[in-house]
Amino acid sequence: MSAGTVLAATPVIQIEWGSLLPVAVVLGGAVISVLVEAFTPPRARRAVQVPLAFAAVAVAGLAALDMAMAPVESSDGAAGGAVTVDPMTMYLQLAIAVSALLGLLVIADRTVQGEDAFAPQASAAPGSEYEEQTRKAGLTQTDVFPLVLFATGGMMLLIAAGDLITLFVALEVLSLPLYLLAGMARHRRLLSQEASLKYFLLGALASAFFLFGAAWVYGATGALKLVEIGAAIADGAGLDPVLLVGVVLILVGLLFKVGAAPFHSWTPDVYQGAPTPITGFMAACTKIAAFGALLRLLYTLAPSLNWDLTPVLWTVSILTMLVGTVIGLVQRDVKRLMAYSAIAHTGFILTGVASFTQDGLSGALFYLFTYGIATVGAFGVIALVREVDPEGHMRGEATGLDQWRGLGRRSPLAAGAFTVFLLSFAGIPLTAGFVAKFAVFGAAFGAGGVALGVVGLACSAAAAFFYARVIVAMFFEDASFGLGALLEGGAAVPKGGLGIAVRTLGLTQIAVAVALVFTLMFGVLPGWFLGFTDELSFLLLS
Amino acid sequence: MINQTIATPPGAVWLAAETGGTASSAAWGCWLVIALPLVSAALLLLAGRRADKWGHLLGVAAPAVAFCLGVWAFFDLLGRPAAERVQDFELFQWIPGGVFDLGFGLRVDQLSLTFVLLVTFVGTLIHIYSVAYMAHDPARRRFFAYLNLFVAAMLLLVLADSYLVLFVGWEGVGLASYLLIGFWNQRLDYAVAAKKAFVANRVGDFGMLVAMMVMFTQFHSVKFDEVFSFASWASPTTLTVIALALLLAACGKSAQFPLQSWLGDAMAGPTPVSALIHAATMVTAGVYLVVRSGPIFEAAPHARLVVLIVGAITLLYGAIVGCAKDDMKKALAASTMSQIGYMMLAAGLGPVGAVFAIMHLVTHGFFKAGMFLGAGSVMHAMRDQVDMRRFGHLDKFMKITWLTFMMGWLAILGVPPFAGFFSKDKIIEQAFVAPDGQVWQAWVFGSVALLGAGLTAFYMSRLFFMVFHGKARWSDEQHPHESPALMTVPMIVLALGSVFLGLILTLAGFDDFLAGALAEGHHGEPVLNAYLIMGATFALVVAGAWIAWRRFGAASATVPVLPPAVDGLIRAARADLYQDTVNHALLVRPGQALVRGAVRADTGVVDGAVRGLAWLLQSVGAVLARLQNGFVRSYAATMLAGVILLTAIVLAVWI
Repeated sequence: MSAGTVLAATPVIQIEWGSLLPVAVVLGGAVISVLVEAFTPPRARRAVQVPLAFAAVAVAGLAALDMAMAPVESSDGAAGGAVTVDPMTMYLQLAIAVSALLGLLVIADRTVQGEDAFAPQASAAPGSEYEEQTRKAGLTQTDVFPLVLFATGGMMLLIAAGDLITLFVALEVLSLPLYLLAGMARHRRLLSQEASLKYFLLGALASAFFLFGAAWVYGATGALKLVEIGAAIADGAGLDPVLLVGVVLILVGLLFKVGAAPFHSWTPDVYQGAPTPITGFMAACTKIAAFGALLRLLYTLAPSLNWDLTPVLWTVSILTMLVGTVIGLVQRDVKRLMAYSAIAHTGFILTGVASFTQDGLSGALFYLFTYGIATVGAFGVIALVREVDPEGHMRGEATGLDQWRGLGRRSPLAAGAFTVFLLSFAGIPLTAGFVAKFAVFGAAFGAGGVALGVVGLACSAAAAFFYARVIVAMFFEDASFGLGALLEGGAAVPKGGLGIAVRTLGLTQIAVAVALVFTLMFGVLPGWFLGFTDELSFLLLS
Repeated sequence: MINQTIATPPGAVWLAAETGGTASSAAWGCWLVIALPLVSAALLLLAGRRADKWGHLLGVAAPAVAFCLGVWAFFDLLGRPAAERVQDFELFQWIPGGVFDLGFGLRVDQLSLTFVLLVTFVGTLIHIYSVAYMAHDPARRRFFAYLNLFVAAMLLLVLADSYLVLFVGWEGVGLASYLLIGFWNQRLDYAVAAKKAFVANRVGDFGMLVAMMVMFTQFHSVKFDEVFSFASWASPTTLTVIALALLLAACGKSAQFPLQSWLGDAMAGPTPVSALIHAATMVTAGVYLVVRSGPIFEAAPHARLVVLIVGAITLLYGAIVGCAKDDMKKALAASTMSQIGYMMLAAGLGPVGAVFAIMHLVTHGFFKAGMFLGAGSVMHAMRDQVDMRRFGHLDKFMKITWLTFMMGWLAILGVPPFAGFFSKDKIIEQAFVAPDGQVWQAWVFGSVALLGAGLTAFYMSRLFFMVFHGKARWSDEQHPHESPALMTVPMIVLALGSVFLGLILTLAGFDDFLAGALAEGHHGEPVLNAYLIMGATFALVVAGAWIAWRRFGAASATVPVLPPAVDGLIRAARADLYQDTVNHALLVRPGQALVRGAVRADTGVVDGAVRGLAWLLQSVGAVLARLQNGFVRSYAATMLAGVILLTAIVLAVWI
């Protein structure tokens, strides 16, 4: 069947706007946001942009919630099958909306001096006279809001994508704004721009692999819709190496986005270089979206392909856990450490994905949401902790681990919240992280992946060390008179000054508090939520 | 379906939780036993400096009231017919739905209540002692918060009705002990000690998680009663794996070979912490775990043999190290390790031995905690000196400390009728019983236990005589004096326990009482006559104590202030039998190499490969090569390599 006949078979494409509401609202909001940027005087922009962004994401979230409560019966999806409308889509869109709202809180926040995390003029060369002038003029960047909205819209579309073309377009819609956003940090501009460029180049490479794979799969099956590809495989094309290689190449494109090894290399650099609020937003939402697409792809094709794909997923999963954990152990920068932590967690989630069972899917869905929320919270805290030099001037974010020494004394609330997030990442009982890990590893063991489960448990035991190191630095090492000072010959104040939580408008604190409540609530009473993800995975697999 | 799930408010889960039916109000009171110290800890931490004035009083009250509740629950239990003494009840569904069906519940039975009483009673005494011991520490309130947190976690650990809830307590005691060891965190060695304890505990946790995962996949449950009912028909391999994983966990927590290295360093913490956590309660959690998991170990004879071996090695290891230590607290730590080795050995002997393991655990909790408090009292009097070579002749200056320590000393030696005699001698006797007709085992483990008794007598007497007898070897700046009543009263109470507890427990039929909570065991006959064993033990104990007296206690004995040059064995013992060197060579160095290797692979190797690739690319197209500058090219190369790898895998599978 050629492309021509596919098009001929569906002459009129019905667009079910109702089902597309979450995506449409966010992308519509983004377009309005661009217009605001063009036609509003600079002084008034922020006052319009911030509420607009919140409203768009919140309405999308509510729409997704509404549809999740009363799921659409038709399984054909919207827009002629290009967009899948099922409970999992709604759930993941809701998860993205919640994470994005928390992320937006951190993004929109600014210090009491009116300084946000973004360069006043992204186009100014770092360190130039022009940049200095814009800074003095108190210009602020409001372009971030339409960009974040576009990215969020892309993410929501990605998890709903029902065919390979939509998948690719969504992938690019979410990626391009992120490339830009990564380069906009107010402090350490060069690092930020370098990160942006790297992310763009490697992202382009990953997209190329994806597109290449899509072409192979189309060539092998003559179909673009996931459901039809699945059907074609079931009919016998499953033994075709062209198809297998194509699927692997598509997977590579998505594995890049979730930061799985060996496609993880960009993660530490980009996490470190990007403005911290963007890192938090990206780390949480991109992971949910890309994993959502990965899950849909795998579980739609799974009945006929899982035997072929299992070894691939096992390899990636084990490699990812090892890389994230082992290299994470030697990091001295909090943001880089969180990046390797993110890589390790990608590996943990993959153990659930690779089990190809309902338990694994349910565990992965639970893991994604709880991890995403905790990640936004953790990066929110990192965004708050700034360098203060001996003269008392506040500078950029203090991300060196030695700058975090004694933070528990200087900013007990920030340090306390960060500790809870770290405990959750480490998988300590009574936090959401423990339940999530228990769910995915349990699924891995249950599906016969004992090796996978054991590596996962060992890695999560080892990863606890680097989380504990941050806790030790914050609470047990007094910067003026502590372990570190003794070790390094009495150098009490680290380079760049000590970190301390700054006073802001309070938005970040709200985001951190909400994330904290979620993290503890899903640790102590995960019941109804796990039951919910169980239902979702049951519906997806039946 | 989805609709309903969302519409169900979280509160409904609480309401729907099963109450277990048979649980009595006293059993429900056990929730309060855990909650009281937990709430107290939270209050002390949140109240901040405002609570400095009265914080320690609250800190003492919480375990004291918990003890009273424990006594109530205990008498309630005694009032029940023997068949209804094991009560499980659930507070709420922790992880319901699907295959995860886990309630957050407690098991109240003879075993758990024994622990509750031990933990709260000894805990309360140590809290009282700490009021005086930590009087001059500005952070005393925080110290009490951590102690209360520890007590709450320990109680949760022993009262749990499933491995998962036990694990919550397990992590909790680990956290609290970590906080308490590192309490004086301004000092480098203390922080390092806390780190070491963390490492050993993580290895143990790994074992615990593996055990839970295997149970979960094989039995779909981690609740004690369900797992144990499966244990009767599950495959021996599965049970052996679970049992060995549990043993690994127990070794981490209880400082058993090969995870013993942290206990000596943990002595860096304040002395009441050593008494409570590293003598009486937390370090015995491993023994509790093995005894609690009795049905699994019963069905996995190979794993049980490993338990016996671990116990035997550790009891000798600790005893040998104890003989050479000059640091009073480290000698006591080595002794603790050795005594827990005895308990582990007993636990490996099956249900009959397990009863005596728990009995020894209880008596040990009293006499060892008493001796640690005595050591704290000595340190208090001697300006925190811990080197026994600089003590001597303290009996004249610290009468109460001397007498109470003497009771503990006689108890640990197993001199009749002191407490240790009733528990330790029974373990030695049981070790001589051939399990499953394996006579060689009886001889090997019996002899080890016997030899251990002699060594124990030597090193404990050495410690006792070096501290309290012989010539005074301290400096003029030290003015030994007796400690205040707040410290001596707990010591006296514990000393009374060291004298009478063994007798009381034996007369009260503790073994029959406890056996009701354990599996059926059959009493075997030892390969030697029981009285002969008792006589041999006593002879060895007297010999050990006499040698120690000749060398360290008698008027003619001279103890050099500096450790003399000695032969290889003592040097090895002084260096903890080179455990740190071994650990360093086996674990730390390969670990560092792995990290270095991974980092290098991430930059160096890939970079090298890239140089080759870049050359290839250059020959393909100069434009392409020029685009690949900086590190991005190496990242891209990694990705390319990954794609090739994955494609190869999928094709290999396909072929």
